Amino acid sequence: MHKGPGLFLKVSMILGFAFLYAPIIILIVYSFNESKLVTVWGGFSTKWYVSLWQNQGLMDAAKISAGVAVTASTLATVLGVLAGFILARVPRFFGRTLFSGMVLAPLVMPDVIIGLSLLLSFIAISLDRGFITLVIAHATFSMCYVAVVVQARLAGFDTSVEEAAQDLGARPLTVFFRITLPLIAPAVAAGWLLSFTLSLDDLVIASFVTGPGSTTLPMKIFSSVRLGVTPEINAIATILIGLVATGTVIYSLMLKRAVALRIRAEQAMKG
Amino acid sequence: MAVSGGRRINWGRRIAIAIPYFWLLAFFLAPFLIVLKISFSEPALAIPPYIPTWDSWEAIAGHFSNLNFDNYAFLFSDPLYLNSYLNSVRIAGISTLIALLIGYPVAYGIARSSPNWRATLLMMVILPFWTSFLIRVYAWIGILKTGGVLNTFLLWTGIIPEPLIIHFTPTAVYIGIVYSYLPFMILPLYASLEKLDLSLLEAAADLGARPFTAFRRVTLPLSLPGVAAGCFLVFIPAVGEFVIPELLGGSSTQMIGRTLWSEFFQNRDWPIASAVAVLLLLVLVIPIMIFQRIARRGVTG
Repeated sequence: MHKGPGLFLKVSMILGFAFLYAPIIILIVYSFNESKLVTVWGGFSTKWYVSLWQNQGLMDAAKISAGVAVTASTLATVLGVLAGFILARVPRFFGRTLFSGMVLAPLVMPDVIIGLSLLLSFIAISLDRGFITLVIAHATFSMCYVAVVVQARLAGFDTSVEEAAQDLGARPLTVFFRITLPLIAPAVAAGWLLSFTLSLDDLVIASFVTGPGSTTLPMKIFSSVRLGVTPEINAIATILIGLVATGTVIYSLMLKRAVALRIRAEQAMKG
Repeated sequence: MAVSGGRRINWGRRIAIAIPYFWLLAFFLAPFLIVLKISFSEPALAIPPYIPTWDSWEAIAGHFSNLNFDNYAFLFSDPLYLNSYLNSVRIAGISTLIALLIGYPVAYGIARSSPNWRATLLMMVILPFWTSFLIRVYAWIGILKTGGVLNTFLLWTGIIPEPLIIHFTPTAVYIGIVYSYLPFMILPLYASLEKLDLSLLEAAADLGARPFTAFRRVTLPLSLPGVAAGCFLVFIPAVGEFVIPELLGGSSTQMIGRTLWSEFFQNRDWPIASAVAVLLLLVLVIPIMIFQRIARRGVTG
């Protein structure tokens, strides 16, 4: 039998979610504020979105961030899928403990340490700072998130299907691309999206490893936030939140459809 | 089968292992060794602004006897650094505790909801995590500052006669950390509470335990792995936090992440910044190792 949450838990949940969402909702509402004063409501207006469009510095930074995010998350997905696959499917190899340590550590490592250490090593190998160093840095910490997501997904499947394909004569590479990859596709997609948002969001590491001419969007936002709250930043924040919300909804719809298809396929097989 | 295809499997496998392995060695582990090395160097007014301690691997052995510990000695001689370490650990610890107190009932509530609701509620916990961290911290400035949304509201209702000063105080930092890291607390708590067998609670009730006793003797002990995982996931990154104390704490809260940042970007003292990073890592190494043990058990078990 199932017993729902009691009154105390219900109230806690409502307050908890209010705490999580109130700041975001307030931010969105004030991005449509006519008044320049953030706390005075001067009527509905979309003028900050227009002025955002004309803010060349912010637009350039957004382009750089988008380029870095797409490149870094693609690289991170390739590396992370490999790493997650190895952790889930290769029980023993030389230095496995070190490897799983290196995959898990960046998840909790403070950004300032990752940023400083990467910058110092880029200088040590005299790599010019800019787009490439941003991509390497973002791919490195994002791949660990991808690895964890992929590993968790693979841990949910037993190896019997993969073994069956192998017994039928499929080469390991064929097994990986025809069996394993389709099985973990949702995790791969989630990993790419996660890497993309992590890259788009990173301020601290990017500040360390970037070079002249490669100012990312968070760096630009950060430097104007330091000067105070502006409706323009509220507007760009709202756009970013909208993008994330849309992405999440599309992803969950895709997932729902995939589940529905699988259930239908299973029923068809039974019938 | 493993024998017949053994050779090919091994090669493919070796390459598959080698690529991410060497990537992490090159861009995660090796950079730490470089930081360690620079933390033992002398500062210099050049680019890079430090004098290398070890020029070559052969010289390492010779230099080991007279490593330059000046940077570390300096960190311990100036109370500024010690205070910002202690401050960081204290602020992160208190924030973790508050996040646990808020996150536990929320996670428990989600775990006890009907399965239909659970997916939606979980999604609502995860969604803020996907939203920009910087923007979520920024949102609090507009709420907390003297002429901000919160003060305007409280003054309007008449609850307070004059505006509260929260922005640029440690309170704002606590709010910021708890808010930003709450999903990290809720998710592992939920994962362990969801597995809880409700018949255990019924058994406890049948044996005469009151709801609170049943919670304390049954639910709480069984959810401890989730509590531990959640606490580490909040505590470790919070200790090295930079954005939250910078934007919400102002000059009133010196945390170690900010100290490192200003040593690097304002004072341009790379060896000191590196020494600060090494000590920060030493503070975190035990919590990180415990966290990894929990995470690995969670993944394999």
